[in-house]
Amino acid sequence: MGKYILKRALLAVGIILCISLITFIILDIIPGDVVSAMLGEFASKDAIETAREQLGLNVPLPMQYLNWLGGILKGDFGTSYFQHKPVLDLIANSFQYTLIMALAAYVVAIIFGLLTGIIAAVYHGRKIDRIVMALSVFGISAPSFWVAIILQIYIGLRLGLFPVSGVKSPIWWVLPSLSLGLRYAASISRVTRTSMLEVMNQDYIRTAYAKGLKPWRIIFQHVFRNALVPIVTILGNDFGSLLTGSMITENVFNIPGIGKMLIDAINRRDIPVVQGGVIYVAGICVLVYFLVDLLYAVIDPNIRLRKAAD
Amino acid sequence: MKNKSSSFYHESFRIFRKNKTAMISLAILIFLIAVALLAPWICRYDPDAQVLKDRLLFPSAAHWFGTDEFGRDILTRCIYGCRISLSVGIVSQLIATVIGYSMGVCAGYFGGRTDDVISFLIQLFSSIPFLLFAMALMCALGSGLVNLYVSLGLLTWASTARLIRGTVLQIKNQEYIQACRADGGSSLRIIMKHLLPNCIPMLIIAITLGIPNAILSEASLSYLGLGVPAPTASWGSMIAGSQTFIRTNTYYSLFPGLCIIITVMAFNMLGDGLRDALDPKMHSNGGSL
Repeated sequence: MGKYILKRALLAVGIILCISLITFIILDIIPGDVVSAMLGEFASKDAIETAREQLGLNVPLPMQYLNWLGGILKGDFGTSYFQHKPVLDLIANSFQYTLIMALAAYVVAIIFGLLTGIIAAVYHGRKIDRIVMALSVFGISAPSFWVAIILQIYIGLRLGLFPVSGVKSPIWWVLPSLSLGLRYAASISRVTRTSMLEVMNQDYIRTAYAKGLKPWRIIFQHVFRNALVPIVTILGNDFGSLLTGSMITENVFNIPGIGKMLIDAINRRDIPVVQGGVIYVAGICVLVYFLVDLLYAVIDPNIRLRKAAD
Repeated sequence: MKNKSSSFYHESFRIFRKNKTAMISLAILIFLIAVALLAPWICRYDPDAQVLKDRLLFPSAAHWFGTDEFGRDILTRCIYGCRISLSVGIVSQLIATVIGYSMGVCAGYFGGRTDDVISFLIQLFSSIPFLLFAMALMCALGSGLVNLYVSLGLLTWASTARLIRGTVLQIKNQEYIQACRADGGSSLRIIMKHLLPNCIPMLIIAITLGIPNAILSEASLSYLGLGVPAPTASWGSMIAGSQTFIRTNTYYSLFPGLCIIITVMAFNMLGDGLRDALDPKMHSNGGSL
């Protein structure tokens, strides 16, 4: 088990290093000279040279990368070209919003997804199963930013139930988390249903029924528990896209999260903010995948034993 | 061999034809593709021409879906948006499939060091938060159709590669492939003539299920202003444009979104149908699960 964890951890570190390199390379091919954009077109040659030196742009690219990476390891993500604040402060400020949003959507997704998935599996082949499945196909096909706008129109404006833009108190999170969460609820629901149906066909479930156990006990204690592995996988895999998805939904609801920060930075070509934001979010996603892998090994004895034997 | 594979596709087609949802999805997609191809002949309006006196009209006989803030016909723009979405979906997934197949085959067939490197790349690209890097790439390359094809293609090949690698590992030691190798068949010949036909059903499924994701990603990127440049009509950018008017002109947001949903849903259900039809395991029990 210890060897397995170490192997996965090394892989995660390798992946983060590669991601940082890719991020750096991608954002280095951006057209347009940042310095002249910053200083305006009438800046003198000397001023441009000085600014380039200050920003560390006068050294060769590989050195720039190493300096940047070294800075990140020390917690220094660089300074915003335009806001003149440390990038890490900007990220820390906005990431809390993105995280709350992603977690709230996660809760929505898990509650709706598991509930509808279990119901569909239990009533397999009946009308309610077909309705749940049709809704879930609709759910995974609808872009969440559009669902967000539709919720804004019908629940926010027509019914006037919830505020539609900004965040001031928990109630302002209702529409954002619903619009983001329902999409993932749909995919969780499908996976839960398939996984449960697979387990329900097993002999030991028939045995459990034959023993006369109560149906709800069989469903939750035997079927659901054994169906968990694919469900945990998709929960873990979804977290990354939930974070990025929340970055888009933020733009619909005017939430000052990391998505809004990134889009503003992209539009202004504020490269350190874009680089910092991308590597930060990517790092968190890799970390989550790593934790999910470990969680896997804990809940699935098959994996635990196989890995231990390796 | 020839006989066996043709009867496989014959059987698959028989199963597929019985699948009502998949057939309806296929019909919808053929209709959408036809509309997209014939757009200049179908539409009565120019998608980009601004008619300021017709701003924000409600749906009517002249403008079935109404008009936007520049007086452009929303139905026309939805139809032209269909061209963007379908082409981005199809081209980017073809790119992804070519990369994914080559990577997967090389990893599975050659093994060893090659496999180690490619497997790491697969791991890397499946842990990258896809949309975030699509945003970064589009920011770097600039908005535009070709850049969308390339960035979405470059970022989505990993799952296909993993699938193909697994399949190749399973079949590469079968007798007919060993026979071909013993007969002096080159690696390229084995890869193209023996491994590829075995992977085709999977590639078809992978493309069909990859397209809807690419379409959704394109819509998201265009919504954020990182897709195709204005004034080109794209469903995502139309939704972004409609946002200012949600208090007054609900229909404006509604139509482009419905276009996305119908297209994505059709591809998803077609993909599910193809998977049921093309999975050899399903054939033995008559294709019903």
